[in-house]
Amino acid sequence: MLRQSLEVVCKEDFRKIKIGKHQRSNECVFDCDVTRSACSYTTEGHHTIQICEHKTAIKVRAKVVSRNSCLIICILLNVKLRIARVNMPVFPQYLTPKQEEELRNIANAIVAPGKGILAADESTGSIGKRFAPINVENSEENRRRYRDLLFSTDKSLAENISGVIMFHETFYQKTKDGTPFTKVLQDKGIIPGIKVDKGVVPLAGTEDECTTQGLDGLSERCAQYKKDGAQFAKWRCVLKIQQYTPSYQAMLENANVLARYASICQQNGLVPIVEPEVLPDGEHDLETAQKVTEQVLAFTYKALADHHVYLEGTLLKPNMVTAGMSCTKKFSKEDNARATILALSRTVPPAVPGVTFLSGGQSEEDATQNLNLINAIKGPKPWALTFSFGRALQASVLKVWEGKDENVAKAQAELITRAKANGLAAVGKYQGGLDSAAGGQSLFVAQHAY
Amino acid sequence: MPSFPQYLTSEQENELRRIANAIVAPGKGILAADESTGTIGKRFASIGVENTEENRRCYRELLFTADASVAENISGVILFHETFYQKTKDGTPFVKILKDKGIISGIKVDKGVVPLAGTDGESTTQGLDSLSERCAQYKKDGADFAKWRCVLKIGAHTPTYQAMFENGNVLARYASICQQNGLVPIVEPEVLCDGDHDLETAQKVTEQVLAFTYKALADHHVFLEGTLLKPNMVTAGQSCPKKYTAEQNGKATVVALSRGVPAAVPGITFLSGGQSEEDSTLNLNAINNAPGPKPWALTFSFGRALQASVLKAWQGKKENVKAAQEQLLVRAKANGLAAMGKFQGGQSGKASGESLFVANHSY
Repeated sequence: MLRQSLEVVCKEDFRKIKIGKHQRSNECVFDCDVTRSACSYTTEGHHTIQICEHKTAIKVRAKVVSRNSCLIICILLNVKLRIARVNMPVFPQYLTPKQEEELRNIANAIVAPGKGILAADESTGSIGKRFAPINVENSEENRRRYRDLLFSTDKSLAENISGVIMFHETFYQKTKDGTPFTKVLQDKGIIPGIKVDKGVVPLAGTEDECTTQGLDGLSERCAQYKKDGAQFAKWRCVLKIQQYTPSYQAMLENANVLARYASICQQNGLVPIVEPEVLPDGEHDLETAQKVTEQVLAFTYKALADHHVYLEGTLLKPNMVTAGMSCTKKFSKEDNARATILALSRTVPPAVPGVTFLSGGQSEEDATQNLNLINAIKGPKPWALTFSFGRALQASVLKVWEGKDENVAKAQAELITRAKANGLAAVGKYQGGLDSAAGGQSLFVAQHAY
Repeated sequence: MPSFPQYLTSEQENELRRIANAIVAPGKGILAADESTGTIGKRFASIGVENTEENRRCYRELLFTADASVAENISGVILFHETFYQKTKDGTPFVKILKDKGIISGIKVDKGVVPLAGTDGESTTQGLDSLSERCAQYKKDGADFAKWRCVLKIGAHTPTYQAMFENGNVLARYASICQQNGLVPIVEPEVLCDGDHDLETAQKVTEQVLAFTYKALADHHVFLEGTLLKPNMVTAGQSCPKKYTAEQNGKATVVALSRGVPAAVPGITFLSGGQSEEDSTLNLNAINNAPGPKPWALTFSFGRALQASVLKAWQGKKENVKAAQEQLLVRAKANGLAAMGKFQGGQSGKASGESLFVANHSY
């Protein structure tokens, strides 16, 4: 319900007002249960009334009950009302300038030059798949030990890692000596982030398409995470390229749920990372991947606009544009980079401060080289172009660690190597060949879900 | 896999891109001389000139035979159908006159606004029937770009979803057809300045309208690199009691565009609406100097704001032609500087300070 101030010009002494039909022209009639004013309305002149607008029509009808008390409701008949601020659409302020500034600052800090995100938000199930190849049991303690390894890396990590996305369990875990992970990161100058979606669910009637759930109670959850140290959030939607997909329904639904998520985050001081991932599964060519990515992004930004999301306080986490994993034709990294920039330039408004690419199934080295080329080639690129890598930052780390304490330092060194490489790529200066234990290995997982 | 049939060859894409880039070359913009017969009549009435075909021909001849240096700041001219096929006194087609100066000819192809039943005074724009054949003919006869104007109004409950969706859609259909025929479509979703709304409202409405516009262009597979946008500058309503500076307008405009216009669009050619010549130039200059991501060219496509002083100087009299052409050169140069953010101000013409507002303007 909207409260508005009105200027009321009374043309007549109220005491002389007769009860009767009011004129249609210039009339404003209120349903007024809630007019309170300390002013007396018995005299001619300007009066301000706080009124409650029930519907779209603003009506004024007030009744004089008591001229002396504070609660005055009066009948205004044959009165010309000059209404301030009525004849225009309403865009209620939903973020104060301070809130906007905070969101903007966080977003810009995440995509500062040479920096990107470590996506360490694998769900319990997903991290199990990472542990399996190195024969590490998927226990809570092992999950804690592994993330402890990552976050206790030398503070020079913060030269290239601006933020870390965590899963709920991890967000509340601590080091062996009892220091919360969020504090460990903050002390290094790394911004903690939190994955807030609750996984994909199928869309009935579609060809194996899905949406993502997690909106229930999201506002309260976000408020709590913010209190506990998070500054940004992440939500992943998934679209697939098949014969008849992605469908209009899937693109519309996923974009809409991303926009609702983003809106709620911003209300709670968290920068939303918007992730509409187009999977690389399939045999489609590069051009198809590009066109589908453009479509998906067009739906995404239309939904963000419709839900009044403050773009300057968001980030985008898209797929790089590449042909399907089973495509017989091979494309160069330059081709991929060009297609990626084309897709983004056609859909991502310049107001978005940065694009933090996901690595998908790419090997560590491919992800870095692709990111480098995206930054190096020409084209309209008004946003930062950096990384939000999971597998492509951690593959070598896991391989070297093997679950053993004695390997921790060496594993951490791998992380620094990849972070540095990607930091260079994020400014188009990667020279290549920074060797890592798993550098060339494809990390593709079919139909990847967290 | 999904199918995206090729609908523009690489050659076609390159041609469209080249034309669009040439129109928004640094320091250059468009002279919008496409007033319909009815509208030019209103301009003539204010200087006591009869609205005859010959007078219309005379007046446009005045504009197009201005000194060749006008091409330093005017990259293209939009023409109305009648004008497109008119000639100078010695029989040279206007299109050729312009071409010889290195100025690109454009053609207005819409057929005016029509009401949307069930809305509060909202409209869409007609002109899609046989548009493809018309575009092909215009292209043959020398046009390289086209223009189509849609109109949205800020009122108590407008613009509505219906109006924004419909106008976005019709602009996208027009743009798609133009590109099929080698014409760069200038997309014009004008939000009128009528009303007493404040600057912030104008900005939010403009953002909404642009979001609908670019979603429609995406849905209709319009090749963005071969289009231009002709929006309103973001300003408060004409009757808004609160006054804003050019800097404020410039900032609000850039914010709205940065949120709604993809970087792939090569340039934005602002309409002047009801602003005076001087205000239009000052606002364009402020836009170019405003902070923010601005990956597109920001220039002008002015009608009234380039011609008001010209008309006033001309008065319909042959002996005034040179003086009138001088006025055009002055305004063109001023706006060329503004398009690069380098306008110093004070280049006054006979009508530079006069508001050119026409309530509920339609062509």
